[in-house]
Amino acid sequence: MKPWLDLDWRLPRLRRDALAVWRRNFLVWQRIIGPALVLNFGEPLIYLLGLGLGLGAFVGEVGGLPYLAFLASGIVASSAMVTVSYEGMYSVYTRMVPQKTYDALLATPLDIDDILAGEMLWCASKGVISAAAILLVAAALGVVGGFGALWALPVVFLVGLAFAGPAMAMSAVAGNYDFFNYYFVLVVTPMFMLCGVFYPLDTLPAGVQSLAQWLPLTHAVALIRPLVLGLPSSDVLLHLGVLFAYALGFYLLAVALVRRRLIV
Amino acid sequence: MIHNEAIPVVRAQGLRKCFGRRVAVDGIDFCIPRGLCFGFLGPNGAGKTTTLRMLMGLSPKDGGELTVLGLPVPERARETRARVGLVPQADTLDPDFTVAENLRVYAGYFRIPRAAIDARIDELLAFANLSDRRDARVETLSGGMKRRLTIARALVNDPEIVILDEPTTGLDPQVRHVIWGRLAELRARGVTLILTTHYMEEAERLCDTLVVMDQGRILDQGSPSELVARHVEPEVVELRGAPDEALLARLGGMDARIERHGSSVYVYTQDAAPLLAHLGAVHGRAILHRPSGLEDVFLRLTGRELRE
Ligand SMILES: Nc1ncnc2c1ncn2[C@@H]1O[C@H](COP(=O)(O)OP(=O)(O)OP(=O)(O)O)[C@@H](O)[C@H]1O
Ligand SMILES: [Mg+2]
Repeated sequence: MKPWLDLDWRLPRLRRDALAVWRRNFLVWQRIIGPALVLNFGEPLIYLLGLGLGLGAFVGEVGGLPYLAFLASGIVASSAMVTVSYEGMYSVYTRMVPQKTYDALLATPLDIDDILAGEMLWCASKGVISAAAILLVAAALGVVGGFGALWALPVVFLVGLAFAGPAMAMSAVAGNYDFFNYYFVLVVTPMFMLCGVFYPLDTLPAGVQSLAQWLPLTHAVALIRPLVLGLPSSDVLLHLGVLFAYALGFYLLAVALVRRRLIV
Repeated sequence: MIHNEAIPVVRAQGLRKCFGRRVAVDGIDFCIPRGLCFGFLGPNGAGKTTTLRMLMGLSPKDGGELTVLGLPVPERARETRARVGLVPQADTLDPDFTVAENLRVYAGYFRIPRAAIDARIDELLAFANLSDRRDARVETLSGGMKRRLTIARALVNDPEIVILDEPTTGLDPQVRHVIWGRLAELRARGVTLILTTHYMEEAERLCDTLVVMDQGRILDQGSPSELVARHVEPEVVELRGAPDEALLARLGGMDARIERHGSSVYVYTQDAAPLLAHLGAVHGRAILHRPSGLEDVFLRLTGRELRE
């Protein structure tokens, strides 16, 4: 028995209907904007002040950068990962299963292709919001390289897409909220530690380093750090390509899995 | 748009659906004409919801042919869904929005221009008697209000067909009458209604044509009065409580057909007058004399009672 062969792998079609789903989520977000922004600004502020200034006093420079600058530019990327993963699991699952929002959507001309494309765009948008908050905090602390740092935001959007796909795929197979603990403990937290957010990759053993090359957050950090700090970038196409591949591959998987769950 | 009255809005032939080894819909045929109210009457698990999900293109069929508005489904379901409204069995209103926002956001999924939406929302809220609750949050509504809002939501795209899965189950009799009135109004406007129910009264009042379903099969179809005329005698006397065997034997001799179900005995006959005269003399217990109806048809066709 090979259950993945039973999935409906027909290519999804992308249409502007996805934007209607994005708009629905945006309207809901608008009314909880207060608590949402407290989370977006408060958390990175505490991280940056606590770790960046506190730990930074001991560490001094990392990879030729002041620790606060190193950390802030890494957290721009990792917070996009965390924000998008929460949205793609807890929120997407809530809409898909207990709240039956997708059932209502599927009675309109929208298909699962449109719904998940809209959800993915929305997840990435939330990633951008949280990254923008951190950029502001980092700028206030004087570690941002200039207005060029704004180029990090479109990259964060792509990073958001890359993390939204896997999270939605998890939602598609989840039986309850506790299931997401696996993903956070086995996927999100290790990436947080292994992908160059808190310390440079080359301090890790060689085996772990080559593993890290397969992880999307590594490529997100590699793109975003120089943009935020105004430093030269390298291997840009490789990094973009890996993120695109994650976004596209997991979108296709999520569509197939949600089809199996809802179109019965 | 050209509407040919003679072309059915839904045509199903040999429609079939299995869940693993369980056959939920077992090769059914039906044709739904435009502008009428068409009902699926059947007990729990008969396959009503499964049939409607196939009509919406939300459940792939395992066999047979299905067209909705002349288009094959599920292949062209995206197009047909734009012209159909659905009132699902379970509540799918958006709890994050108010009453009016539920309609506005839903209209957005049909690409209805924003300018046209606001006028339409006022109209729909009036239709659903919800004008004074337009800014209420959905969770503050009663069950009947939620149902009316769901019906209003199914009308945002001005559909040619409205599909209702058990529109009044779980509602009190007063609300049920309000909803029946609204559905009759829609039908009078030329909207085709397709509904499922396990209420006889609902089927009898609303449906021009209905199919009686049980265990995935269609047992018979026709108008409520045709079905009654075809399957049961016009009058029935229901005797409640433990039957008196000697009495039943005598009644059997009086040109009557006797059926027993649960703790009741049903005596079907062309003319109940002589029977009642006889019973009046000997029978002290609860007697119910009524014209026969769909309940009796169902009992006859399946040997089981429909109501639980
Ligand atoms: N997703 C599913 N997976 C497995 N079996 C299912 C599924 N959906 C329905 N069934 C089965 O198919 C049969 C028909 O179910 P359906 O929901 O269509 O009945 P129904 O006539 O709508 O009943 P009710 O009046 O209870 O709503 C039932 O035996 C049911 O258990
Ligand atoms: Mg049902």
